[in-house]
Amino acid sequence: MINYLITGISLGSIYAIIALGYTMVYGIAKMLNFAHGDVIMVGGYMSFCATAYLGWSPFMGILLAIVVCTALGVVVERLAYKPLRNAPALAVLITAIGVSYFLQNAALLLWTSNPKTFTSVVGDGSVQLGTLQIPYVTVVTILVCLIIMIGLTLFTNKTKMGTAMRAVSEDKGAAQLMGINVNTTISITFAIGSGLAAIAGVLLCSAYPMLTPTTGSMPGIKAFTAAVFGGIGSIPGAMLGGILLGIIEIFSKAYISMELSDAIVFAVLIIVLLVKPSGLLGKSVREKV
Amino acid sequence: MALLEVTDLGISFGGLRAVDELNMCIEKGALVGLIGPNGAGKTTAFNMLTGVYRPTDGGIRLDGENIVGKKPHEICKMGIARTFQNIRLFDKLSVLDNVKVGFHNDITYTLPESLFHIGSYHKKEKMMDEKAMEILKVFDLDGQWDYKAANLPYGKQRKLEISRALATEPKLLLLDEPAAGMNPNETAELMETIELVRKEFDVTVLLIEHDMKLVSGICEYLYVLNFGRLLAEGTPSEVLSNPEVVTAYLGG
Amino acid sequence: MNMIKKLMKTRKDSVIAFSIVIVAYIVMQSLVMTGGLSRSLSGMLVPVCAYIVMAVSLNLTVGILGELSLGHAGFMSVGAFSGIVVTTALADSIPSPMLRLAIAMVVAAVFAAIAGVIVGVPVLRLKGDYLAIVTLAFGEIIRNIVNVLYIGLDDRGLHFSLVKQNFVLNEGGEMIISGPVGVSGIDKISTFTAGFVLILVTLFVILNLINSRHGRAIMAVRDNRIAADSVGVSTNQFKLMAFVISAAFAGMAGTLYAMNYSTVTAAKFDFNMSILVLVFVVLGGLGNIWGSVVAAALLTVLPEFLRAINLNDYRMLIYSILLIAMMLFNNSSIKQRLLERRRVKKDLKAEQRKGVA
Repeated sequence: MINYLITGISLGSIYAIIALGYTMVYGIAKMLNFAHGDVIMVGGYMSFCATAYLGWSPFMGILLAIVVCTALGVVVERLAYKPLRNAPALAVLITAIGVSYFLQNAALLLWTSNPKTFTSVVGDGSVQLGTLQIPYVTVVTILVCLIIMIGLTLFTNKTKMGTAMRAVSEDKGAAQLMGINVNTTISITFAIGSGLAAIAGVLLCSAYPMLTPTTGSMPGIKAFTAAVFGGIGSIPGAMLGGILLGIIEIFSKAYISMELSDAIVFAVLIIVLLVKPSGLLGKSVREKV
Repeated sequence: MALLEVTDLGISFGGLRAVDELNMCIEKGALVGLIGPNGAGKTTAFNMLTGVYRPTDGGIRLDGENIVGKKPHEICKMGIARTFQNIRLFDKLSVLDNVKVGFHNDITYTLPESLFHIGSYHKKEKMMDEKAMEILKVFDLDGQWDYKAANLPYGKQRKLEISRALATEPKLLLLDEPAAGMNPNETAELMETIELVRKEFDVTVLLIEHDMKLVSGICEYLYVLNFGRLLAEGTPSEVLSNPEVVTAYLGG
Repeated sequence: MNMIKKLMKTRKDSVIAFSIVIVAYIVMQSLVMTGGLSRSLSGMLVPVCAYIVMAVSLNLTVGILGELSLGHAGFMSVGAFSGIVVTTALADSIPSPMLRLAIAMVVAAVFAAIAGVIVGVPVLRLKGDYLAIVTLAFGEIIRNIVNVLYIGLDDRGLHFSLVKQNFVLNEGGEMIISGPVGVSGIDKISTFTAGFVLILVTLFVILNLINSRHGRAIMAVRDNRIAADSVGVSTNQFKLMAFVISAAFAGMAGTLYAMNYSTVTAAKFDFNMSILVLVFVVLGGLGNIWGSVVAAALLTVLPEFLRAINLNDYRMLIYSILLIAMMLFNNSSIKQRLLERRRVKKDLKAEQRKGVA
């Protein structure tokens, strides 16, 4: 029981880290970045290549993954999303899907569809806690998630850049009038989101060591669900949503049905949204007549 | 019996009492103005009359029938139509189609008739086209029937909203600042049209306006709202000479 | 009268558009007959038809009703599997494959419509992105459930179970759907002609709907929900109507699609399928029904074309780049300028004509 809970929290932590990327980008650019899940995959492959092909240390592998993904996020935003800043939301959504196809197929060409076995970056051992055996990777995942959560909260609330981000997400036009560089702010948001995705990618592959070009899609969708679950645009919401989703998934796998666990996760999401139409911690906006 | 009876109507949003103890009684065929400074609660009152907001207390009766708690589309069916302060047209539909949506509950045919264009489809559509063109003619919009609503100039958009509301064959027509954004000439012309509409379509009109001079020209009776409460009511000359009304407007 | 002339013109336009579809069918069909079509391309004819119907029906939800749906493949799945069950069950009693397919499609439409109601009632209460994510969730739930669905047929009738196969068939009975393995040994009764007829019916019905009081009400809800309410349109009712009709056609497309392959699994109708169809709709133009037809046909054939010109390895990569490029072009200032120039030319011409008259 407690074992499942810990596994759930750990899986949920990964979802939460990915969901943060979704939620930050949504909050600021008002777009659903469907390619976000594939950035996770790129992060996984980067770390894999660094350790398996170049013989780098796991730490350097993670660093490489973060650097590449951050750069990737910024470049994609500049090339594909920025020109569409004033286009209809659906146009941006389809472009993001195009980017997602692109990343998946580029990975397919570079690394083929054969799954790569990922060596965990934290080793295989486990921590003994009373009668519980908790794998290192679980502990590390939860810790990393905690650090990121605290760091991000401090960043958005205490720093000048964080304030700028909140301002842009509230009202782009007004922020611009106040002298905030909207383009830079959006770029930085994408950079942070993609950097987080890289970390999530490495953690995900450490826990579930199979790496294929589509590794990122399902966790991407789940994390997106988690972001909506918590109230999209809200950073604590993404955290809460991610962790709850992870716990629900593991518990339904363990106690209800392995095959139906995804259906249960999505059903819970639907029920939550019916009761709270803008997610657990989302703001509801009333239309003015 | 009066057409519209509003008794002790009130609504709160959280701690804010937006409208309080509003009483109105409008006779059939009248042209009545609801005036007051910005933020007095005029539009909120309209929103309660049309079911957009559910009043916290009080009653609204149309032709003796209670309408509190009914949905907006049901209230429309019962005979109240409205326009909006910030124009709400069906932007991507043509001018003609905007009006034809107004016939939604009056000229009907079934879904299979829609899907296969059988039965009374062609007859009813022709009927709608003709009636819609008649209404558009009154507002001098018939020349632009095939324009997209969004492409009409501002003043014509306001007129189209009124045409659409009239298509629902209302007993009571609520106009929310119909002259907003118009120049004096356009406004004068619009007021004439409203008078004409009242006679031709046999409809009772309640209109919101905050320019008092404007409404005093055509309205027979005025209600003055201030801070959500009824400040005064009466004929235009009575209201305009009321010192409280003058203070509210000029700020005392 | 000006108005009648204009109405005549729109009618003429749609006659022309329908004629083009019919000509395209005749050309393709004669190419198939004479063997002028490569094997892989002729194998794609039925899927292309199914995609066109999918795109047109999704356009009803996304373009006409204005609500983003990310789970359209779910309804296709419901239609596919109910169609398979019907054709298998009727295999002995109705020998004519065309008739069996038609009945299967009708049943599929009914089941997909029921699924549409079940999904639509809760979903349509939500707004915007939240609505989109819930359609995605429902699409995944449908896939998940079909994935653990077991249906078998024997002389006692149909047997169902979920998660595990907990029934035993009498001798001579057969499994129709066996969970994640899906269906195999399907009687491939879908033909290009059937697909073509389905396209015609879909276009006829959906275009009719758009030009009717129900269609106008749906578009009114899209353009301004509050105003639609204020003129007596019950917004929930019409949202649901559009959603359910859209689901029903997706169901028929599902049957058409499934009966073209010998094996079908639930995994086929996943999120990626929904997205694929959404791409057709957006590229064809929201609310533009004929645009959906063209986009679905071209984009399905495009990867095949890239394969044909020896770019097989890179075809999906090129496809994705083209997709991004098209979206960027569609919303770029270059296109705006081109359109502007065309408009100016048109205006000039109109003025000249006036001058002559």
